[in-house]
Formats: sequence, C-alpha cells, structure tokens
Amino acid sequence: MKIAVCIKRVPVMEVKFAITADGSRYEETGLKYDINDFDLWAIEAALQLKEKAGAGSVHVVCLGPNAAQEQIRKAMAMGADSGTLLETDARVYDGLAVARALAAELKDGGYDLVLFGRVAIDSMNQMTGPMVAELLGLPVVTNVFKLDIGGATGRAERVLEGASEVVEFPLPAVLTIDDGLNKERLPSLKGIMAAKKKPLDVKPAALGEQAVVARSMALPPERAAGRIVGEGADAVPELVRLLQTEAKVL
Amino acid sequence: MANVLVFAESRAGDLRKVALEAVTAARTLAEQSGGGQVHAVLAGAAGIAGKAEALAAHGADKVLVLEHEGFALYNPEALAATLAGLLQGGAYGYGLFSATSHGRDLSPRVAAKLGVGLAADLTGFAVEGGAVVGQHPINNAKVVATLALSGSPALLSVRPAAFQPVAAARPLATEAITSAVDPSASRVKVVELKQGNTDKIDLNDAPVIVAGGRGLKAAEHFKLCEDLAEAFGNAAVGATRAVTDDGWRPHSDQIGQTGRNVSPDLYIAAGISGAIQHLAGMRTSRTIVAINKDKDAPIFKIADYGIVGDVFEVLPALTAAVKAAKAS
Ligand SMILES: Cc1cc2nc3c(=O)[nH]c(=O)nc-3n(C[C@H](O)[C@H](O)[C@H](O)COP(=O)(O)OP(=O)(O)OC[C@H]3O[C@@H](n4cnc5c(N)ncnc54)[C@H](O)[C@@H]3O)c2cc1C
Ligand SMILES: Nc1ncnc2c1ncn2[C@@H]1O[C@H](COP(=O)(O)O)[C@@H](O)[C@H]1O
Repeated sequence: MKIAVCIKRVPVMEVKFAITADGSRYEETGLKYDINDFDLWAIEAALQLKEKAGAGSVHVVCLGPNAAQEQIRKAMAMGADSGTLLETDARVYDGLAVARALAAELKDGGYDLVLFGRVAIDSMNQMTGPMVAELLGLPVVTNVFKLDIGGATGRAERVLEGASEVVEFPLPAVLTIDDGLNKERLPSLKGIMAAKKKPLDVKPAALGEQAVVARSMALPPERAAGRIVGEGADAVPELVRLLQTEAKVL
Repeated sequence: MANVLVFAESRAGDLRKVALEAVTAARTLAEQSGGGQVHAVLAGAAGIAGKAEALAAHGADKVLVLEHEGFALYNPEALAATLAGLLQGGAYGYGLFSATSHGRDLSPRVAAKLGVGLAADLTGFAVEGGAVVGQHPINNAKVVATLALSGSPALLSVRPAAFQPVAAARPLATEAITSAVDPSASRVKVVELKQGNTDKIDLNDAPVIVAGGRGLKAAEHFKLCEDLAEAFGNAAVGATRAVTDDGWRPHSDQIGQTGRNVSPDLYIAAGISGAIQHLAGMRTSRTIVAINKDKDAPIFKIADYGIVGDVFEVLPALTAAVKAAKAS
C-alpha cells in the first residue's frame, strides 16, 4: 500500500491574533506552528493502513516555508517514511494554485491512496483535496470519518449536516479525513531519532497565477461581556425574563 | 451584467433551506453585477421537479431540472460534470454553491475541471468592478479575511445561515436538462444515506440550539436537552466532542473547530466547559446562555447570560419555564 499524505503547517490557534497596521494580513511574530489537526488524522490513517497491509510506504508532501521541515520531521517521527517540501514563503489563499502545485508533485507517484485533511484550520478553504483529485483524474471521497479498505476498493462514511452517507469507491483514490476517524499517535523517542535520517526532499513550489487573493483582514467583533444571572434553579425566572425582554429570543 | 448559476441542494427528495439561502445570495449577486438572470440547478430522482416552485419564489428566473434515478442519492461525479458543462459555455459569470458538506465537495471539483477560482464559505460579499469581494472566516474564525475573486466564471460558496431566504417571486420557468455523463458510471457511489431523526430540525437550520457536554454525565441524560429543545419547539440538540467521542451522540452533532459551525439566535450550553475548540464553532451565535456548576468555567467568558448551577436541576426548571412562557 503506497500512500501519500498532504500536510499543512498552520498556526497554533490558542492565541489572540493581531492585524498589521495596514490591515493587509495577520501578524506572524509570536505565532507557534504545528501540523493541521485534520492532517494528523490523515497521517494516522495512512500509518494504520500501511501497518494493516504489512507492507508499503507513507510519503508526506507539504507546501510551505522552509521552516515547515519541522512539521515533515514530526510526521516522520510518527512513522511516515519520506517527505517532500514544496518551498514558498507566500501565503496562498487560492486553493486551486495550491492544488496544482501538489498535483504536479503527486502525479507520477503511483499512490494507491492520497490523503488530505478535510480542511486546513487556517485557510478554512476545504477544497484542496477534491481539487487535487480532479487534477489527477482520481475518484475522491471527502469528510471521511469511517473507512474500510479491502484490496482494490474502499468503503467510507462521510459526514453531512445531521446525517451521513456511505460511499463505495475504487482505488487509487483521494480521501479527505474528518474528525472522528482516529486519534493520532504521539511521536516516540525512537521515532524522533529515526526521523532525522529519513529522506526529505526540498524544492521550490511552482505556484502559478492566483484568482483568489486576500485584500484585507480584520478581527471579528468582540462579544460584549456577559453576566451571571444567578445560581441554580432559582435563577431560571430571571433568565427567562432576560431572554424575553432583553435578548428577545423567547 | 452577469448571469448566475446556483446549485440548489436537496436531500432525499426535499429541498434544503440552504437552497433558498443560495438562491437569495445568487439574486443579490446578479443584481449587484448589473441585473443578470439566476438559473438554479435542481437534481434528484423522479418528482424533484415539484420543488422548483420554491426556487422561483425566491428569485430563480429559471430552474434547470435534472431528474433521474441516478441522482436519488448524491452523485458527485455526474453532478460536477454537468455543472462544469453548464458553466463553461460563457453563459454564466458566476457559479454559486452552499458551503455545506455537499456544496464544499462539489464546488472544488467544478473549479478544478474549469480551472477557475473558488472563494469558499463567504459570510457576505459585494461586486466591485466585476470582481466578487467577499468575507471569509480564517484561522479558526478568529480572523476575517476579505478575499477578491477574479476570472469568469468565478465560483463561490456561501456559509449556511449567513444569507436568510428572501421572497422574490418569479414566474415558474423550468427546463429539463440531462446529465453530462452516464450517472450510473460514477466511480464514487453513494450507497446509503443515513438520516438522523428526520422530523427534527437540523443544527444548521435551528434558530435555537441546546448543546450538552460531559457535564450531563451519560447518554441517557441528553433527554434533558431534548426536553428543553422540545419546549422551544424550534430547537436542535448539539454536543461537544467529548460527548461524540464517547458515543453519547452521533458524530454529526459535534459543534466546534473540527465539527460543525453554527450561529443560531440562541445557544444554550449545558455542562460544557467552553474549550477553545468548542467556542470556535459557536461563538458567532447571537445570544449565548451557559449553565455550569463551575463558576470559573471558560464558557462564562463568552456567555451573555450564565447560571452557576447543576444541569440536573437547572435544565428541568428551564424546560418548565420555557413551556410556561410559550403557553402564555
Ligand atoms: C484538535 C482538537 C479538536 C477539537 N475539536 C473540538 C470540537 O470541534 N468541538 C468540541 O466541542 N471540542 C473539540 N475538542 C475538544 C475540546 O478541547 C474539549 O475537550 C471539549 O470541548 C470538552 O467537552 P465538554 O465541555 O463536554 O467537557 P469538559 O471539558 O469535561 O467539561 C464539562 C463541564 O461540565 C461541567 N459540569 C460537570 N458536571 C456538571 C453538572 N452536574 N452541572 C453543570 N455543569 C457540570 C464542568 O464544570 C465542566 O465545565 C477538540 C480538541 C482537539 C485537541
Ligand atoms: N500548503 C499545503 N501543503 C500541503 N497540503 C496542503 C496545503 N494546503 C492544504 N493542504 C491539504 O489540503 C487540506 C485542506 O486544505 P484547505 O483546502 O486549505 O482547507 C489540508 O488538510 C491538507 O491536507
């Protein structure tokens, strides 16, 4: 089982973001970075499939700045065999531009599966996986939270609003992984040592024209400070009064 | 002037509310770009044509009806091929989708087929000099980016509930269309739709959400949330990841960073601590109520109204009070 996983370096979100004075972007100073949550579950899915098959390889591909080697090494420490960094300092908002660069890199890899996260928590684009699939001419199932691969076919369950659907597909295929499929393993000490020696190829990202660009950024309006209405069931009448007269939602 | 092609989402033969929202957004887009036409694509099994009326009532100048057994369940490959075919002739300046599970599966396929830009999950937009300039939450919704989208056709998707359906009656005009490819030849086959409880409203459509966390202690205690939701009458029940992980509620009920994003008029968080990943999915709710026995729980920081107390006492009392308020 030959698997590729596309992983993105994203800011750790437990911070207060600041916007630059010209309003064009968010400040990067002080930010920490990690692998996108969903991509961790995609890596885990790939590792489990390889382990189950008893043979194969897991290759990670990341488009991002030079520092993203750190995230590729982390994926290797979890168990990925090799990695490619498509290097660029650009912050790209056009999903198709990213998808084209990734597809060009994946095209001749002969992968049985190419895995993505459902969404990158920074771009919140949720489009790269299905775009790469189209560009490669592969079938794609998005938002996968249950997965069963048997030989040349697979069966997955994908999340909808208030429902789910069961999907069958042939391999090779592209999947985007959702929350709920698994819990990612932590890199072991042995894994961290081994990762240092695994092959990591760095080349420039081929980013073409971009149809979607970010013009400006802003922080969403702050919520006004709320208040404690009271304690226990005794506070319920006052809450109901506020919901009726102040919030007007009842 | 540019015409807009809009994908009107249906599920199991029923139009979804997001379809009306999308037609409303498409109407706005057409007006802003100088008064083009709005054409809605409605796909489904035999009988789906009966749903065209509601689309016309919200501003669709024409409904393109794709009626075939092969579209009884979601058929992404055949839909993407058909939509790409309609969009590529130059008849449309824009293609508009709902930023739902299906819309976000379909729109990138179409964008890649056509080699055009896609701006996803917009909460608002304006047309400026022919280009769509729209707002899209990024970084876990902690930052709002204004994106400019160029090219033609340009594709966009709009966030559920960001555009409320507005009546804009047009005379009903339908046109039967056929699939661009054999719908039974799709490699990706949806074999089953597992609907939740269909007579309950969906989380994304509900004006009121009663969400429960680990503070409810066990699956069966979600009855307390169900009862409160029922008292409101227009409410849905949601959950934290702690709860869906433990299997107390289905995965599709999870609200948060890695679950669903909701913004109801009223969000009641019961026995929820308010972890940042949970807040990411509900902080845009209009009014937030928190019930938690720990007065220092982070949920109180973003709640408009808080009650420090035990959910096992407060929820039943609130249910009774809401029932009484509704009755009077
Ligand atoms: C990558 C990642 C993604 C995640 N995505 C999500 C997501 O999408 N959605 C999400 O919800 N979480 C998500 N989480 C998990 C999140 O960090 C929290 O663990 C989770 O939200 C906690 O759920 P909870 O509030 O139900 O439970 P807890 O944090 O355990 O809180 C339970 C609360 O109930 C209160 N309580 C207990 N008993 C009572 C009682 N009798 N009456 C009143 N109050 C009581 C307690 O005081 C406590 O505040 C994610 C985590 C990670 C790492
Ligand atoms: N720069 C990138 N490098 C590698 N993979 C990426 C990149 N951007 C997006 N992806 C992949 O595409 C998924 C969805 O990203 P997005 O479409 O930006 O929400 C991510 O979870 C990754 O798997």
